[in-house]
Amino acid sequence: MASVRQHSFDVLIVGGGPAGMAASSTAAAHGHKVAIVDDNPSLGGQIWRGRSFSSASKRAADKTAAAWYRKVQNAQITHLSGLRVFDSAQAGVLLAESQDGPNSQYGQWELHYRKLILATGAQERFLPFPGWTLRNVLGAGALQSMVKSGLPVAGKRIVVAGSGPLLLAVAAYMRAHGAQVVEICEQASMGQLAAFAFGLLASPERILQGMQYKLQLLGTPYRTGCWPVAAYGTQRLETVVLSDGRRTREIPCDYFACGFHLVPNVELPALLGCHLKNGFVEVDPLQQTSVPDIYCVGEPTGIGGLEQALVEGEIAGLASTGRVEQAQPLQRERKKMQSFTERLEKAFALRPELRRLPDAQTIVCRCEDVTFSQVREYASWRAVKLHTRCGMGPCQGRICGTAGEFLLGWNANSVRPPILPVRFQTMAVAPAIQEIKSQNG
Amino acid sequence: MHEPQPETVQIHINGKSVRVATGSTVAVALTLTEQACRISVRHEERGPLCAMGICMECRVTIDGVPSRLACQTLCQPNMDVRTHG
Amino acid sequence: MSSSYDAIILGAGIVGAACALECARGGMRIAVVEGDVVGGGATAAGMGHIVIMDDSMAQLELTRYSQLLWAELAPELPEDTEYETTGTIWVAADQQEMEEVYRKQAVYGQQGIVTKVLDRPALRKMEPNLHPGLAGGLLVPSDAVLYPPCAARYLLEQAVRHDAVVVPKKAVRIGNGRVELNDGAILESQRIVNATGTAASDLTADLPMRKRKGHLVITDRAPGFVRHQLVELGYLRSAGSSTADSVAFNVQPRKTGQMLIGSSRQYDADHKEVDRSMLVRMLQRVQQYLPGIADLSVIRTWTGFRASTPDKLPLIGPYSDDPTIFLATGHEGLGITTSLATAKLLMNYFTGSRSAIPLEPYLPSRILLEAQHA
Repeated sequence: MASVRQHSFDVLIVGGGPAGMAASSTAAAHGHKVAIVDDNPSLGGQIWRGRSFSSASKRAADKTAAAWYRKVQNAQITHLSGLRVFDSAQAGVLLAESQDGPNSQYGQWELHYRKLILATGAQERFLPFPGWTLRNVLGAGALQSMVKSGLPVAGKRIVVAGSGPLLLAVAAYMRAHGAQVVEICEQASMGQLAAFAFGLLASPERILQGMQYKLQLLGTPYRTGCWPVAAYGTQRLETVVLSDGRRTREIPCDYFACGFHLVPNVELPALLGCHLKNGFVEVDPLQQTSVPDIYCVGEPTGIGGLEQALVEGEIAGLASTGRVEQAQPLQRERKKMQSFTERLEKAFALRPELRRLPDAQTIVCRCEDVTFSQVREYASWRAVKLHTRCGMGPCQGRICGTAGEFLLGWNANSVRPPILPVRFQTMAVAPAIQEIKSQNG
Repeated sequence: MHEPQPETVQIHINGKSVRVATGSTVAVALTLTEQACRISVRHEERGPLCAMGICMECRVTIDGVPSRLACQTLCQPNMDVRTHG
Repeated sequence: MSSSYDAIILGAGIVGAACALECARGGMRIAVVEGDVVGGGATAAGMGHIVIMDDSMAQLELTRYSQLLWAELAPELPEDTEYETTGTIWVAADQQEMEEVYRKQAVYGQQGIVTKVLDRPALRKMEPNLHPGLAGGLLVPSDAVLYPPCAARYLLEQAVRHDAVVVPKKAVRIGNGRVELNDGAILESQRIVNATGTAASDLTADLPMRKRKGHLVITDRAPGFVRHQLVELGYLRSAGSSTADSVAFNVQPRKTGQMLIGSSRQYDADHKEVDRSMLVRMLQRVQQYLPGIADLSVIRTWTGFRASTPDKLPLIGPYSDDPTIFLATGHEGLGITTSLATAKLLMNYFTGSRSAIPLEPYLPSRILLEAQHA
């Protein structure tokens, strides 16, 4: 039977990416008992993970990362890695499951907190198109994560497609690791990017320059107004088909890295009752959510990227430990970034043509293999779940639900515990909440 | 500064030995050796999609425990990985 | 378009859908009023166990009759209904419960229901994942399982093929032959059937019904882990109690290979959130019977409300105050099983035709009269 492990913290941070690292090291500075809980094996989130495999460690971005890693190491922070938070037992208590290493017992962890900072990050948005379930078709950030986790890509032909600034970062990263990035396809039109993000004189070259990828991506075509329509292969990926709405091109490749910008991970905030607005967690200028003592930082409050995540993390780290005045200059900094978040959202808004990507036989729900023809007649998320099993598998609709929101206008925000699949034995453990209360006096 | 050569670790995938760099995830080992993680409801081969513990496509049986996520599990010496579970 | 019908069915849960089909097939002009997802209420929270139960003779007759109706319908049910005659094994923990096995076998036998007593080795052979210390059980081979929301949808689709009209609105007031909808529209009929489950009390006052909350849990796929619906013999005690909160071991193999897990019973718990302490009690009970389930993944939990009556029998027929109002509710945990029989009995009442089993035990007047006498 699974055991219960209880821990109590002044400030608990969920999510070990940049926002969570900034929040924890800031909160820990004055002797508060602070912990980060994260389901990955190491800190850094998706963007900084697996730095040991990075051969390009002298890049500018890594200086920022190195500085924050140092701060986290120097602070007294408990790092609970490989733990998946799956439920809230009551206000002030999260339940998590450990899945660490071979032969170790699964265990339920009762994590008690006075203040909670949610830094749950974002996931890529995936849109179904014929062939998207083939092996070696994966997210853009996903392929980058795989390389950071040890996958060699030297000499591999890679097409990067979808939407968002992440595509450029991924392409540059692949190039730096010896891959042959055949091309980068951004679904947003040049006009869209120009009008909202990069000034009227936008050109692919200026965008690359503006985002500091010009040199790293020299020789790799960056096409705007271009999107994937199919992937082919027998056992695994062989070619992808790209379209600009007028003509299509079929391109052989080893990996297809395809993600349509990011969507926030708001399952835990929603479970805790934090108010959401347009799919994001609503926070005040101190990153406080609608629920007392719960803060939220980084992508769940708006897709704003690394710098915003760090600043928000610092603000919450200060606010949660009673240092509101120190947070003021950071709040001004944070405010300036707001318009960037909004411009980003408009610049990479999805074009309507993408709603026609799936054909009748395209699988929308990968867990249950439910096709587009089965789901398209249903107007509501609840109806489609009940009648087709779409969204009823282990990912709990994280992939098909976000796709369906765009494709069919579903409102896929139903959240119930466990927010991730959890072992039966873990779920069957009675909370031992009373004990720790008496320990704390 | 010169980066040390990463050491390797040996695991077993469906009974066959595979050697990968230390620190590699099981998802990396499966992708490197061109193997699917699972067979879907309609009998399609599937591999990792999100690589961050969300899509659940990479679930495999590790050391006898079903439904472990290959993308969030580091290869450990002599780990026994079973796919298609 | 006329807004007058031979009957108006309120609610497209499995009971409402079955009533709509039965009436429409009988040539009646039918409207079904449902403002939400078809089969989205108690139907979605039912396990879909087509089970014979013997808490009372009337319950045994109704469940038996309805099970036969399901078996007749089975060949035409679409695949997504996942109908499967898995059989039920009533699991006996010890020798004392084995005596209950023999008692149950005798009762079923008198009704001509085939059962088979399983001793310890026989149980082990049939269900190797059950705890080896269990004493035995009673196999009821005719029991089946299905996926209720799709079954409700199918019944409704068939009703529509027989010209039933689905009105995607919510009824806000009923009485005197009129149904007022949330958009102000009025539908008229001399037969208004309140089949809205626990919500029936919102439309019809003073119903002798209480909400009884239940929890459900579903696992990831593990085909063959269990093969029959497994229910502990103590279930009847648990289901029959009118006071205490209770849990019982009740595990169902789904056609998908998943396991659907019940069951808990709580009175007067009005919020639909999962209650951790009930959930833990329920899961621990399951682990006692199926130790090997510990490593499987739980992928979802949810709750629902059963409409329970004092004598554990549904309310089928006229409601005394208003001759235009009829009830088809109060099925507690047996709505999926008894939906088809409910529809038949209601139609028998409407047409005055002879019913296959007596109507009287299910007439709402039985309880209303009792309440007046008390």
